[in-house]
Parts: sequence; C-alpha cells; structure tokens
Amino acid sequence: MVDQNGDRVADVLVAGDRVVDVGTGLAGDRELDASGCVVAPGLVDLHVHLREPGMEDAETVETGARAAALGGFTAVVAMPNTTPPQDDPAVVAAVLAAGARSCCDVHAAGAITKGRDGRELAPMGELHALGVRVFTDDGACVDSAGVMRAALEYASSLPGAVVAQHAEDATLAGAGHMHEGDWSSRLGIPGRPGAAEDTIVARDCILAGLTGARVHFLHLSTASAVELVRNAKARGLPVTAEAAPHHFTLTDAACASFDPVFKVNPPLRTDADVAAVKGGLADGTIDAIATDHAPHRTEAKEQPFEEAPPGMLGLETALALTMSELVEPGALTLPQALERLSWGPATIAGLADHGGPVQAGSVANLCVFDPTERWVVDAERLASRARNTPYAGRELCGRVRHTVLRGCAVVVDGEAQR
Amino acid sequence: MKHLLSIDDLGRAGIIELCDLAASFLEVTQREIPKVPALRGRTVASVFYEDSTRTRLSFETAAKRLSADTMSFGVSASSVKKGESLRDTVQTIEALGADALVVRHRCAGAPHRVAGWVDAAVVNAGDGRHEHPTQALLDVFTLRRHRGPDLDGAHVGIVGDVRNSRVARSTTKALAALGAKVTLVAPPTMLPESLDGWPAATSCSLDAVLPDVDVVYLLRIQHERQDATVFPSLREYTTRFGLTVERATHLRDEVLVMHAGPMNRGVEIAPEVAETPRSVITEQVGNGVAVRMAVLYRILGSGAPVA
Repeated sequence: MVDQNGDRVADVLVAGDRVVDVGTGLAGDRELDASGCVVAPGLVDLHVHLREPGMEDAETVETGARAAALGGFTAVVAMPNTTPPQDDPAVVAAVLAAGARSCCDVHAAGAITKGRDGRELAPMGELHALGVRVFTDDGACVDSAGVMRAALEYASSLPGAVVAQHAEDATLAGAGHMHEGDWSSRLGIPGRPGAAEDTIVARDCILAGLTGARVHFLHLSTASAVELVRNAKARGLPVTAEAAPHHFTLTDAACASFDPVFKVNPPLRTDADVAAVKGGLADGTIDAIATDHAPHRTEAKEQPFEEAPPGMLGLETALALTMSELVEPGALTLPQALERLSWGPATIAGLADHGGPVQAGSVANLCVFDPTERWVVDAERLASRARNTPYAGRELCGRVRHTVLRGCAVVVDGEAQR
Repeated sequence: MKHLLSIDDLGRAGIIELCDLAASFLEVTQREIPKVPALRGRTVASVFYEDSTRTRLSFETAAKRLSADTMSFGVSASSVKKGESLRDTVQTIEALGADALVVRHRCAGAPHRVAGWVDAAVVNAGDGRHEHPTQALLDVFTLRRHRGPDLDGAHVGIVGDVRNSRVARSTTKALAALGAKVTLVAPPTMLPESLDGWPAATSCSLDAVLPDVDVVYLLRIQHERQDATVFPSLREYTTRFGLTVERATHLRDEVLVMHAGPMNRGVEIAPEVAETPRSVITEQVGNGVAVRMAVLYRILGSGAPVA
C-alpha cells in the first residue's frame, strides 16, 4: 500500500463507503486479490472532456466515467466546453446528475466566462454553490488580461475556488495546428509557437501576484513555461500546474505521419520540452498529471491534419504511461508518481474524499494496480466510446486490476462492473 | 514508385530519371499528333479540393496525351458541399475505376492520408503549404534544358512568401538534390520559422542576392489571402522584393527568370521583365505537361521504354 504516509504491506478492510481498518490478517465477506499489486488512493484527473451534453457520439458521462474507473481514477473533473457549455447551473447540475449514476465521481468545472468567449464572467458564485471548484474556459484561453484579473479577484471570494488557464495566446497560436518548429516548417503545417503558452503563463503568474488568487495552469507543455512556474512558486505565488501524459511521451515528430490522432492543443512539442516536463514533474513544479482526455469520433479524425479537431484519449493509458515513462526509467519514484496522479490533484480541486490517506475513517476510494504487468494498447478494446488514442499498438507497463469507488468495487480484475 | 507524395520520395536518381523520361515525352508533345498509347485503358482522376487552372489542365492534358481516360472532381460541383468526407469521396472515385488519383488539397498531408485509404496510386498536385512535387520536377527539368544536366553550383534565389509556399518547399529540395545552391529571399515574416530540413540559405535583401544568382525564381504574392501583418503594403513589397525593370537591368545576360504562376504583374515581377528572353515562365508551363506525363507513366505504365 502506498499513500502520502509512506508504503507498507497491509490489508484494507472496507465497510459501507469507508475504510474501517488497515493492518495485517484482516478478513471480510468478499476479498479482492491484490497480491503483487500496489494499493493506492484512487487516482484523480483534473482534466477530462466527457462530451455530454452535445457530443454524445464521441463520449458520454457514463462511458467516460467507465474509462476513468478502468484507468484507476475515482474522480474526474469534467471540462466545460460542452454544448451548451457548463457556464450555467442547469447544465452543471445535469452533468453532476449523470455522474452520480456512473462508476467514477464526476466533478464539473465551470466556465470562467459566458459562452467561454472570454468577455463576461459566468455565474461563478451560482456554480460554486453546486460544488464547482475549478473554473476554466479550457479549449479557449482567457486572452484578455483584464478579464483574467477580474475572474481571479472574483474567484478569491469563493472558498476553495481555483481559476485554471488554458495558456495559449490565440493571437499567436490561433491559426496553427501543431508545434511551431523544425517539423512544422518542414511539413508546411501552420504552427502554434511555444511562446503562445509562455507569454500567458508569465502574464498569469503576474496576475496571481496582483490578486493573490490561485491560478492553475492546465497541460503545461513547454520548457519555458515549466521554468516560469518554477520561478513563480519560488517567489511564493499561489500557482499550480498539471501536465498531460502525451506531453511527456510524444513529440512533434509524430505529426510527420499527417495523422491527426497526434493533433492536440497545446501541441506535442520537442524532445527538450518533454525533458523539461519530466523534470517539472520530478521536482514538484508540476503538481499533477492530468489526461486532457478528449474523445473524438473516428470520422472527425479521418480528415486532413489541419481540418481535424484537436485532442486525444488519455484515461485508460495515463497510469501505464506514468509507470512506463517516468517510474520505470527512474525519473520519479512510485510515491512521487502517485502524488501527481492522486493526492496532488485532489488537493488542487479540493476533493476531500479523494487522494487518501488510506486509513480508518477515510472514504474508500482505491486504485489497485500491478506495477509490472505489460500490455499492448488496443484501441478497439477501450471503454471510451471514441478510438483516438495515439498509443495504439504501444506496449506499456502497469495495469489496473481493481478500482474501488466509495466502498464499491467498480472494476474487478480489469473488468468494469457497471 | 507507387505514389508521388513528396519530392523526398525520389532522391537525386529518381529526379534525374523522371527528367530524362520527361525529355522523351517533350518530344512526343511536339509531334503533329502529340499522343502515345502508353496508358490506354487506364483512368486518371483529378481530385481538386482547391481551385486550380494550370495544374489541373496540365495533368489532364498529360493523361490524355498518354491515352488514359480522365475523370474530374472539383469541390464546387461535388458532394463535398453535401458534407461527404474526404475518405468517402476518394473511395467512391476509386470504386468508379480510377487507377490514379491526382490530389490537390488546401491542407498539408491530405494526399498522404488519401494514399492510406485507397489502393489506387496517388499523385500530390499541391497540398496546403507543404509540397508541390511535380512543380519542382518541371522547374529542375526546365533549368536542366538551359544549363545542362548538371546543376552543381548553380545559384537559385527563390523570392517571396517562402513560409507559405509549397512550391518553395518542393523546389528547394529538388534543386539541392541536383547540387544547386538555393537562397530564400523574403522579409523575415515570410521566411520559414525554422530552416531545419531546408537545404538553403536565407537573405532579407533581394539587392544583396541578385548580383550572385544564376536564376531568379519568383513566388506569387497571394495578396488576396495575405495577413495584413506580414508586410505593410504591396507597394512596399514591390519596392523591396519585386523584380522591377530597374533591378532586371543589372542582371547578367545569362541569368534566368522563373515563376510558378499565376503571375501578379507589377507586384513580384514587372510586366516588361516577364516578356524578356531571360524569362522562361511560359516554357515552364509547357514542360509541365511533359513532366506530368513522365510521372503518370512511371506510376501507371508498363515500365517499358517509351517508343
């Protein structure tokens, strides 16, 4: 068992939705075999697109939550770029209601601005009253410094609220489809420069200082942005950051295939950026690994690169990519990796029921995985309704065996139970 | 050779082989009946998702001079307007009997995607800002006819919106493969973001480059879709980067002027300069048919020598 209090060999006894004992020689009515496995607090994903309402042919709350549970997650934060967007209490309530019936806790992020168009503030207080803690226009950047300042000031009056920025200046990145650099120049695909991310991260660190409000940077992807966040934290600014698995496992060279399964915003970047993201995850500059799970139906990706929508699946491969690319090579220890996947993000989103520690009295949200099992990603076998994984055919290490949500075994031996 | 998607598919030997083949087809196009039965019974479909007159006519003429049947698909009169996907469209055209698809698309890599969806051969007739390999072939073919087969040491200045030009991407690679030296000339806003993969030097001064070049290759300024922040005005562009009469008078006699067309007379090239003997612009167009015959024959033909 591994949580923030260290690691030990133990049984976990669960009754109802709670952990009632942790120790050796415990017995219960039903036992889940965890031999050879790591038992950890359930994983928490700050960044998923569940596509409901509006794009149910790509994913629903139900299918996305099932994919999450199979990936070891017990809580996800659903991004607000639905149709209609989650800038309205009724939409948020509907997403939460669908989530309550699913096999993962679904928290809704609220939009920062109405229609996510960066102009007028969304009803942040009303959304907060429904339990929303993460506010973001994700998919779109809040380009106006004035609007971002107002959002930060307003959010600082809402306990636990955090404003999360998709840091890409549209005036620099808007016309682009991949990272601007050697490969975009060769391929003739308009680029999104790293500077589009860096300028917004720098600006919003300054605004965090001005307002004293918390800023969370979504999917950090450039070496410079990692360094900016590192400096901001060293200066004591209230900033946090996440990184997506594809930004520490893939580079822009993949776009040479012209296959839009590799198209994502912010884009896949260079080897140096990948190394910097890994470094940021290792030293804690980056607090969380978040998938940016973005399902698209197959037809949407069967288009030329420039016409296909950005985004890739992530929920069912995140833990294995973390184990394969970070833990196995020694960049992160197992406890560090689990901090980025579980209690780190749980703290950012204020999810008291998630992220452990696993001890008597805590809510029984658990992820049980075999850290050494090797498996090959098969896009056709994913629980997500969509198939747009860039890892099809890739052999990974680390596989979820069981997931326990509020005391209920929602995944047993790698199979979803509902 | 199954497809022609990029000039990278060919290499130096492949480029020379196609140029030599094109030379024999150029002779065919100059006959009284400019037609050979080389591709009788084969069908070439032009699939153009972007407006084009010269490239499309050039390919269709090439196909007809090889006695291939042709079919033609253009966006304006097509099912694309009814929402059919690229994949469905090209698979439909293949099902109609096309042996080769000549694809023009506004997006980089579209022909590469098509090649993955059909069994037919695919020829890239220009994809977004990426490549235009048959233009590059006709450019080096034209230069070889004037300078001899060896382009070693020839200095070509390519002038204009290089960053957004598929012609520049393909032609630079083809010229470099044959040993020519390429200098890309443009304001920094029109030069590639990175020179990685570009076997070329750059300059932001046409006047500094002109005394040293053997060929001036002008790119069309696409002012109809030009972002206003790329250069201040057409007048300023012409002043700094246009091949004006004044600039042309200082060129050595043997310096050639090329253009991928269609020209903006008075913008990147003065009308008088386009008409001088050093201009091989019209010749490029004629050579384009022979080069495309060579490409289609190489892809669809028996491989036997051309009679």
